[in-house]
Amino acid sequence: MKQKSFRFIAADILYISMMILPFLAAIVLKVLTTPLSNGVEITGARIFFTVPMPIQDLIITEAQINSLCVMIALSGLCLFLTHGLKTRDVSIRQHLAEWIVEKVDKLVKESMGDYFSGFVPFIISIFGLSAFSSFMSLLGLFPPTSDINIVGGWALLVFFLITYYKMKCGPLSYLKGFAQPVAFLAPINFISEFATPISMAFRHYGNVLSGSVIAVLIATALQGLSNLLLGWLPGFLGEFPFLQIGIPAILSAYFDVFSGGLQAFIFAMLTMMYVSDGFAIDEYFARKTAKQNINK
Amino acid sequence: MLELAIGILLGGCALGAGCAMIAGIGPGIGEGNAVAAACEAIGRQPECKGSVTSTMLMGCAIAETTGLYALVIAILLIFVAPNLLVNILLKAVGA
Repeated sequence: MKQKSFRFIAADILYISMMILPFLAAIVLKVLTTPLSNGVEITGARIFFTVPMPIQDLIITEAQINSLCVMIALSGLCLFLTHGLKTRDVSIRQHLAEWIVEKVDKLVKESMGDYFSGFVPFIISIFGLSAFSSFMSLLGLFPPTSDINIVGGWALLVFFLITYYKMKCGPLSYLKGFAQPVAFLAPINFISEFATPISMAFRHYGNVLSGSVIAVLIATALQGLSNLLLGWLPGFLGEFPFLQIGIPAILSAYFDVFSGGLQAFIFAMLTMMYVSDGFAIDEYFARKTAKQNINK
Repeated sequence: MLELAIGILLGGCALGAGCAMIAGIGPGIGEGNAVAAACEAIGRQPECKGSVTSTMLMGCAIAETTGLYALVIAILLIFVAPNLLVNILLKAVGA
């Protein structure tokens, strides 16, 4: 086995620190900016500062900062996994990277067809972003996915993609699609077109938000219960919330890990379904060959 | 008089949030049906357990949507609406 060069190890350390440091920075930022309070509160994302803008002030919140942290960490993970690719005696991380790429490739080809094989990077990045954003609450941070603005942005992106692929057969056939199957259903089709991104955003946001609200409620209830049970003890022992140790973690395993991962998977699956459903592939290729025949 | 108005407003918000969550019944029944059908399918063909489970989870998550709409409305009514409505009321009264 050849000794790894100094540059290789240095790059590895850089990538690993790119994975870990953003989360540490987010934790430090949260600890520094959260005011001391006694009660457990359910609040939205903390506002760090406001940038004055002509029409509406731009508000920089915890959600935006945290989602940037996730993006940096994911880039670090990608660089780390694909660092030093070889054709023989491959490392474990290359196996892992290949496994991920093969799985997503297969999934996208199965659910979207061969034409959309270019969608693989987009799908895996939206999946990873969503999953890691939801997992952020495991560290006690504000998960960016429980802010409607972040998820709404992704849903808007998916909406533009759907519209782009519907427009690919020409704007006329896009407009004609609203009058299917009968012309007077056009208003309802129009509403359902705009309901798609809204429902995608609300589904993801609602799931993560409900998890965090329930976690806070349970934590408060356990605090009250332990006060009730051991409140008669003097001093420190009476105030110690012993029931809050461990029990919320079981709930967190469901609400953060399972629900967050499932919602990420569903967001990616729905993106694939909507985009591939919106694109009339037969009509597109028929038009393409017709155009080529005219040009000849 | 203003206290009474604010009290009615807050009570209305809380009641509305509670009523909105009645929508939780629908997804509950729907997901129960989905899981029952998935169990039947796995019992009939145990070899396709994996694909049935993943399809069921996906369907459940989509069936949940209406319940989540209700949840979002309830959360808005509890955390956002009272402030907003009380401010509107105070502005209208001129206090």
